[in-house]
Amino acid sequence: MITFDSVSKRFADGTTAVDSLSLEVPDGEIAVFVGPSGCGKTTTLRMVNRMIEPTDGIIEVDGKNILKEDPAELRRRIGYVIQQIGLFPHRTIRDNIGTVPGLVGWDKKRTRERVEELIEVVGLPEDSGDRYPHELSGGQQQRVGVARALAVDPPIMLMDEPFGAVDPIVRTRLQEEFLRLQQEVQKTIVFVTHDIDEAIKMGDRIALLSQGGRLEQYATPEEMLAAPANEFVADFLGGERGLKQLALISVRDVDARSGPVVTPEDTPARASEVAEDANTDWVVVVDDARHLKGWVSIDELNGQGNVGEGDIHAFSAEVHAGDSLRTALNAMVTSRTGVAARVGEGGVYEGIVTHKLINEELSKPAQHGQD
Amino acid sequence: MDWGWVQDHLGEIQSLFFQHAQFTLLALVYGFAIAFPLALAATRWPRLYTPILGLTGILFTIPSIALFMLMMPFTGPTATTCLIALTIYTLLVLVRNTVEGLKGVPREVREAAEAMGYRRFKQLFRVELPIALPVIIAGIRIAVVTTIGLVTITALIGFGGLGALFIDGFRQAFGTPIIVGFALSVLFAVAADLALVGVQRLLTPWARGGDSR
Ligand SMILES: Nc1ncnc2c1ncn2[C@@H]1O[C@H](COP(=O)(O)OP(=O)(O)O)[C@@H](O)[C@H]1O
Ligand SMILES: [Mg+2]
Repeated sequence: MITFDSVSKRFADGTTAVDSLSLEVPDGEIAVFVGPSGCGKTTTLRMVNRMIEPTDGIIEVDGKNILKEDPAELRRRIGYVIQQIGLFPHRTIRDNIGTVPGLVGWDKKRTRERVEELIEVVGLPEDSGDRYPHELSGGQQQRVGVARALAVDPPIMLMDEPFGAVDPIVRTRLQEEFLRLQQEVQKTIVFVTHDIDEAIKMGDRIALLSQGGRLEQYATPEEMLAAPANEFVADFLGGERGLKQLALISVRDVDARSGPVVTPEDTPARASEVAEDANTDWVVVVDDARHLKGWVSIDELNGQGNVGEGDIHAFSAEVHAGDSLRTALNAMVTSRTGVAARVGEGGVYEGIVTHKLINEELSKPAQHGQD
Repeated sequence: MDWGWVQDHLGEIQSLFFQHAQFTLLALVYGFAIAFPLALAATRWPRLYTPILGLTGILFTIPSIALFMLMMPFTGPTATTCLIALTIYTLLVLVRNTVEGLKGVPREVREAAEAMGYRRFKQLFRVELPIALPVIIAGIRIAVVTTIGLVTITALIGFGGLGALFIDGFRQAFGTPIIVGFALSVLFAVAADLALVGVQRLLTPWARGGDSR
């Protein structure tokens, strides 16, 4: 756990970069510090490993005041990743990753094994070990940066816009891989970004700072989106707050309706009865094993012997339990039926997600997130 | 060109060459021993950089004859006088390149090293100096080549290495020693420079451009 207790930083030139900041970062969580450029994010981050000393207040790591510790020793227990990466150009990837193990005195064999493990964990090509940083792409260099920070398995990581310098596609991939990795390693992380979407995606909690290092709100992304503390927060969250909220909720979190379902053997009369009950002009078609076949319009069944002879349309998009409600909403607006069909393993129909369900979800008080 | 003369004086030429090499080497070693701490100080306290550079710059511009004259009353016409002069001339480029090399270490690299938990001294020797090495060696190369040229001038007070051959030649109005002295000192400069390039490639394999990507 990292605790900030009334921490302030005034630079020699009189700039107040951080003003009386108090917050806690719980173990195993990612706290994202987000805010406009110059609001004090980097300064706050760097006070944790004493690259910058606070003017006032106390910072504790696991209950110990960091100002009472030897800075070099402290830093070796805190992983550090920055946008500019800062790899050592004169050392191979292997030696870069092995930096902190070397400083804390691991033997060669242990370091070597750990480095090979990390090269795999962060998804670097197997033969990268002997290369020099300039021989790798930007995305690969950033992976080395992450591997180097993880080398001695520090309980705490500080990450300052770590994926800011790579292109959007690589960034998305690095973010997702990092989140997956975090599920395994459960580090306590302070993550700095100026990008609210990245904050919403990466954060278990978001600390939104404004100019002069003032904490405007500290909450889970869901809470913040559902109930911004003030105008500044609402502005910073930007438009499409509802959509951003939906992006955080999984399809599995809502109870899909069973929907109007028929089998290919059912008669048109039966289909129209089912549709009428559900107040629609279409029905979902599933086979005997409940595999989703598609949907048919009741009008188009006129004159057919059974549903199977009709024109069965595929749903434009099917959604899965792990998809977000935002994805489901997209499926809904692109489908003539106005609903998203949810399928499970092997294409088995699980129900439909409707506009009404999404409405209900958005009007609930925030409760998702820490699942 | 009188090859007979060359053959008769082979031993003498050889010992003059060794003297030349020895002066060059010693001037460089002493020069670096002085320049290095000055450069570190100028890096640590940037305020010192301008005065240090100014001082070594002024020393560099003193004509060599004038410098010998200035030192004569203290050290006389000795090898020490020569060495002090030669050493003084190496300082400017050695200080400047060492400081510039260290300043060229990217800020994020220095910060990363600090954040990894390097202590200041170790960071200097394990991270910053290795990265500054190409620039430092470039300085050493300039210093070596200049010093090899300058050593010939110390012949004026009787310790010239290959420069003694020039004096000989002029005194006897005889071209061969001059040509031999000239050729050997140029060859020596070129060879020393190439050797340093080799040393640099060996010490900084990482600096060899991005050939694989
Ligand atoms: N070393 C420093 N000296 C003086 N002012 C600084 C220093 N470092 C940062 N600042 C100022 O402190 C404020 C916060 O900076 P920073 O923490 O880097 O912001 P952010 O990372 O949120 O963009 C800015 O106004 C910046 O100009
Ligand atoms: Mg910053």
